[in-house]
Amino acid sequence: MTSAPDTTIPRSAPSPAPGSGAVVALEHVTKRYGDAPPAVDDLSLTINAGEICVLVGPSGCGKTTTMKMINRLIEPTSGRITIDGEDVARLPAVELRRRIGYVIQQVGLFPHMTVTDNVAVVPRLLRWPAARIRERVDELLELVGLDPAAYAGRYPAALSGGERQRIGVARALAADPPVMLMDEPFGAVDPIRRERLQNEFLRLQAQVRKTVVFVTHDVDEAIKMADRIAILQRGGVLAQYDTPDAILAHPASEFVEHFVGADRGLKRLSLGRVRDLPLQQPAIVRVGERGAEALPKIAASADGHALVIDDADRPLGWIDAGDVAPDAVVTEEAATPGSPPLQPETTLRDALSAMLLSSVQLGVVVDGHDRVLGVVSVDAISDALRAPVDASRASIDGAGDGQAEASVP
Amino acid sequence: MREGQPFFRVDWVIENADVLARRIGEQLFITGIAIVIGFLLSFAVALLVRRYPRLYGPVLGATGLFYSIPSIALFVLLIPITGLSLLTAEIALVGYAMVILVRNIVTALRTVPPEVLEAADGMGYTASQRLWRVELPIAVPIIVAGLRIATVTIMGLVTIATLIGMGGLGYLIVNIGISQRFPTATLVGVTLVVVLSVIIDAALLFGQRRLTPWSAARGA
Repeated sequence: MTSAPDTTIPRSAPSPAPGSGAVVALEHVTKRYGDAPPAVDDLSLTINAGEICVLVGPSGCGKTTTMKMINRLIEPTSGRITIDGEDVARLPAVELRRRIGYVIQQVGLFPHMTVTDNVAVVPRLLRWPAARIRERVDELLELVGLDPAAYAGRYPAALSGGERQRIGVARALAADPPVMLMDEPFGAVDPIRRERLQNEFLRLQAQVRKTVVFVTHDVDEAIKMADRIAILQRGGVLAQYDTPDAILAHPASEFVEHFVGADRGLKRLSLGRVRDLPLQQPAIVRVGERGAEALPKIAASADGHALVIDDADRPLGWIDAGDVAPDAVVTEEAATPGSPPLQPETTLRDALSAMLLSSVQLGVVVDGHDRVLGVVSVDAISDALRAPVDASRASIDGAGDGQAEASVP
Repeated sequence: MREGQPFFRVDWVIENADVLARRIGEQLFITGIAIVIGFLLSFAVALLVRRYPRLYGPVLGATGLFYSIPSIALFVLLIPITGLSLLTAEIALVGYAMVILVRNIVTALRTVPPEVLEAADGMGYTASQRLWRVELPIAVPIIVAGLRIATVTIMGLVTIATLIGMGGLGYLIVNIGISQRFPTATLVGVTLVVVLSVIIDAALLFGQRRLTPWSAARGA
């Protein structure tokens, strides 16, 4: 049974538009080490231009090996890999690699080079003129959300983990390669920062439209990031290659069903995004406002709460009438912190999980600069889900699995 | 000490300023040659070990063995072959410098984090670009640290080379100070060795800081 588009949770990721990406094709690729069973076995896979293809699977499934054969950090034993029809084995390996962006979990920034020099590595290898390199570095730092004036001259040791990861992405994008390889790029950061980096990358990808091969062992990350997921099983055998929605609705085998987890009905929540929900405007009180002004707003709000924001419109927490005296000013300390802020790219699953943990069951949605855009409610998630989940239940039940019942909150 | 003579004779130091200057020159010359040649040879050996990692064990074993030979014994053993010459002194001194520097440069290159090497390969550096633009610059602080230890060590050993007629500050310490029981010369010689060592050590450290501004950013 195929899932018709109207049975899926609306996904606002646009369909692949002509971007700067290239088609990557693996044809009967095998990698063996000595007499051991193959690490990757007769793998054929075509990755569409401008799509994010996530390679996911348990350890030992050959996902990293597969990725590294594309830029020939590992040479296949047999088979062929092409980029836009061109056999990668025909190019000298170093030339090939300069045309492919590469991001790894530990980032691997060059500690002896400034941020500028790190980002400029590939353009310099390609002997771009200095003026063009300078321009490109500034452009890339802006693109990954770092102020060139503040960051260009810093050394990696003076950066936070998240900043390093962003520089790593900028470095990989420097020479505008059609293909990017990303090996667990967000695996070494804490969950909240990882969520942000994932969202940032999705926003970036919407602009640059590279063909991205993304390796992870985390199914949730795969569902969130992928246009298409390739699930590999031990020995580098392709278990299923399809859109996240299709894989969740119709796992091709018991292995896939097991791997995506018994809560795959619930995981479909990961296909919806906060930006799909109606935004509500909460009562807003700015730090420093007089209680006499704040109290009427709190009284007028639907649930007796107001969101406290700072001078830069960043959310600080929630207050109710009991937290404010009419003749005092509202302070940051009076606010009860809510759930971590949500971003438009946050999945409904992460949003729900964050909101259920906080006392005020509203999620604050912020933009890339942490400014408040509005709030979403648990009810809105439930409303957004009801129709599509009901509609798709038939197909999940058809696959012989009653788990979908559990996904209706 | 000879009868009726003060322990330290400032007038001797002033009178013999030109001799002292010449001895300092000799000291620096012998040390400099040993360090420069020792460093170049060690660098070559370290690159060989980097290329053929199986050499790592044997090379470290050989240098360790060499280090265990007492320096006086080595000078004496070489005399029948190369005579009482600068060559004899330098063979031994270069050997000791290499014991320190080979191990040090090999280790320095090995401390480059694997993810940095992987990133360098993934970016499309050729093998030699990776060595010269990534691995060696990152290894500089450790290499200079080894160079500082080697220089100070060789400075000390050069004073022993006076036993095979090499002059230097060892001549003041041993041939004049000890043999002729004239403590002023010993004191001046030892002081000069210490002062020169400290100055060279500081200069190397300063040079390293200038060369690797990024290493100061660590932990900032």
